[in-house]
Amino acid sequence: MLQVSVYRFNPETDSAPQMQDYNVDTGGKDLMVLDVLEMIKADYDASVTYRRSCREGVCGSDGLNMNGKNGLACITPLSQAVKNNKLVIRPLPGLPVVRDLVVDMSLFYAQYEKIEPYLQNNTPAPAIERLQTPEDRAKLDGLYECILCACCSTSCPSFWWNPDRFVGPAGLLQAYRFLADSRDQATDERLAKLDDPFSVFRCHGIQNCVNVCPKGLNPTRAIGHIRTMLLNRAA
Amino acid sequence: MVTQVTSFSRNGLSDWLIQRVSSLIMLAYFLFIGFQIANGIDYTSWRALHDTTAMKVFTLLAIGAYVSHAWIGLWTVFTDYLTEYMLGSIGNVVRPVLQIAVVLTLVVYAIWVIQVIWG
Repeated sequence: MLQVSVYRFNPETDSAPQMQDYNVDTGGKDLMVLDVLEMIKADYDASVTYRRSCREGVCGSDGLNMNGKNGLACITPLSQAVKNNKLVIRPLPGLPVVRDLVVDMSLFYAQYEKIEPYLQNNTPAPAIERLQTPEDRAKLDGLYECILCACCSTSCPSFWWNPDRFVGPAGLLQAYRFLADSRDQATDERLAKLDDPFSVFRCHGIQNCVNVCPKGLNPTRAIGHIRTMLLNRAA
Repeated sequence: MVTQVTSFSRNGLSDWLIQRVSSLIMLAYFLFIGFQIANGIDYTSWRALHDTTAMKVFTLLAIGAYVSHAWIGLWTVFTDYLTEYMLGSIGNVVRPVLQIAVVLTLVVYAIWVIQVIWG
């Protein structure tokens, strides 16, 4: 029997959050953490609340903290998450809890909105799409794959302390995705909005984001590229 | 509210660059001083070393690096941990008071060093 401890909090009835324990029979199978949550919801306690959708690591809904490490519950196998037959499941750290494992992502989305995550090009649109060379297109690899699950930003202490000013790894990865895009013309305006002491420079390169990204992306490297662009623009 | 009024240069890129350059200057200074001490010093040679213009410039450069490095670093720490978000409204009193105290202390150190090497 797997010992699962789940963070429970219903702001309408509870004065404080608490951990609730369940003993789950996994039948010795190496299930995904999401499967275990589904079993708890179906067999033990239907009130356990969490987000999930595609259950295959594409939608980014079920970002959770499992035994202290952020990840997507649907693609994290028990063999990877469980330690000493125990699995502690908490919501993503640093964001307000709506209920149980569901967090309010408003601050995360506000930072995403801040970097203007869309192509800006004032030249008349061509009859077909704006073309890129294969080399220019290749610059977007490792950037565009982000699914905005917030695992990285909520594992970042700088984002915990200043979620309203530090853009965070997810937002900055996307900022660089548009800075690196050969079709985007707003490079200078984008950079001008990033050179204050908080937006980019609260990143101290501890690479928690790289450690947890379920898509294997590297926000720290993207932030390094942004710094270099800022430096080249200023020097 | 946390603002950048008390940051060293009011600009993230500039603070970041100064932080890195100042760390290299301090590293060079401490390695140099460490090398001198390891080679053995007495009052006369120590005095003679610090009487040279080059050494005075180097020491002044090092204290400048120290002041800017500490200011930027501690400003970052204070605006991470001593905020309204972390401490409640008292954070907005504690943080500027400590920031001003740190800046004044660093300026006093700098004046003191100038007085020591040129006094």
